[in-house]
Amino acid sequence: MGAAGLAIGLMNCQNDAKSCRNQGGKLPIVGNRDITSQGDTLYPTIRAFTFTNQEGKAITNHTFQDKIYVVDFFFTSCPTICPKVTAQMLRVYERFKNNSNLLLLSHTIDPKRDTPDYLRNYAQKLGISDAQKWHFVTGEKDSLYAIANDYFSIAKEDPNTPGGFDHSGRLILVDKARRVRSFCDGTNPQEVDCFLRDIETLLKEP
Amino acid sequence: MKLKLIYFIFGIFIVLYACNDNPYKQGKILYANFCANCHGERGEGLKSLIPPLLQSDYLEQHRKELPCIIHQGLKGEIEVNGRKYNQEMPAIPKLSFFEITNVLNYIQLNINQSDTKNIFTADEVEQGLKKCE
Ligand code: HEC
Repeated sequence: MGAAGLAIGLMNCQNDAKSCRNQGGKLPIVGNRDITSQGDTLYPTIRAFTFTNQEGKAITNHTFQDKIYVVDFFFTSCPTICPKVTAQMLRVYERFKNNSNLLLLSHTIDPKRDTPDYLRNYAQKLGISDAQKWHFVTGEKDSLYAIANDYFSIAKEDPNTPGGFDHSGRLILVDKARRVRSFCDGTNPQEVDCFLRDIETLLKEP
Repeated sequence: MKLKLIYFIFGIFIVLYACNDNPYKQGKILYANFCANCHGERGEGLKSLIPPLLQSDYLEQHRKELPCIIHQGLKGEIEVNGRKYNQEMPAIPKLSFFEITNVLNYIQLNINQSDTKNIFTADEVEQGLKKCE
């Protein structure tokens, strides 16, 4: 177990583009597809949503119309991986700050505590004053947990984990048609290197 | 029974001695597991959310309180290197005084490349923990 972990760890150290899952070209669409009786292919898409951001504004799927966006799940009082993942979201933010075609969307999984005020405070501490670019959102708990599933991420309450919530530290890349096109482990800076390349690739897609 | 106890104590001494000899070993693992997620791999902190441990004046000035900060967490506004922070650090009660010693020495000697005269002894940390509120 330990040795396997080490081997995987070492493999991940290789940082050249060759070790990335996506090797240029078109990014695949993530998830199982259905074929309709008419023979059309249906890809999984993110359901319509309405949440509230750090400025108290309603944020919906229309907010992201004609944009691509990067998603994660976190909570402000998180005792474990969140700051690490947030540090990687910041990398995405810094890199694409001036590209209006890319937005960021961070969902709290602790909506009871993480009110818009809490989220604004958190965003400000990260130096994010422009709420048009990076939305920190809260909402109905069930909707938040359900949408995590659409993003192939995990968010749930779990009293057995530190902080009381279980979540994956994934960053997820969504295209203009609300389909997931790439994801990575947001606790692993090498995987995020690849993910940044994937964002570049998707930005070039018409 | 008595013999067993002697062996036991002897065993503890060996462990203490072995680890004291190389303060980074356990400290490094503990740091990675319990601190790095927040304070960063090199103690760099995260913007105004999480203060640095790298060259932190707070760390230097609050030496006596450090064991309790780890054991009990920290909340309320503090200032580190001229920047204000106000975000709760959770308590990490499961670390023993010995583990706290090792993690502090890792921060001191490895992250901050500090002089070995600043090393924490297990005694100092154990005493420090007695003073936690
Ligand atoms: C969940 C995130 C988190 C974890 C894990 C964490 N800290 Fe902290 N730490 C913080 C925050 C946030 C503060 C600022 C507290 C405040 O604002 O009052 C802080 C403050 C500190 C300070 C005082 C300020 C400074 O930077 O000098 C020290 C020392 C410290 N932490 C050490 C540690 C050590 C050692 C560990 C691991 C054993 C650790 N922390 C684990 C978040 C964390």
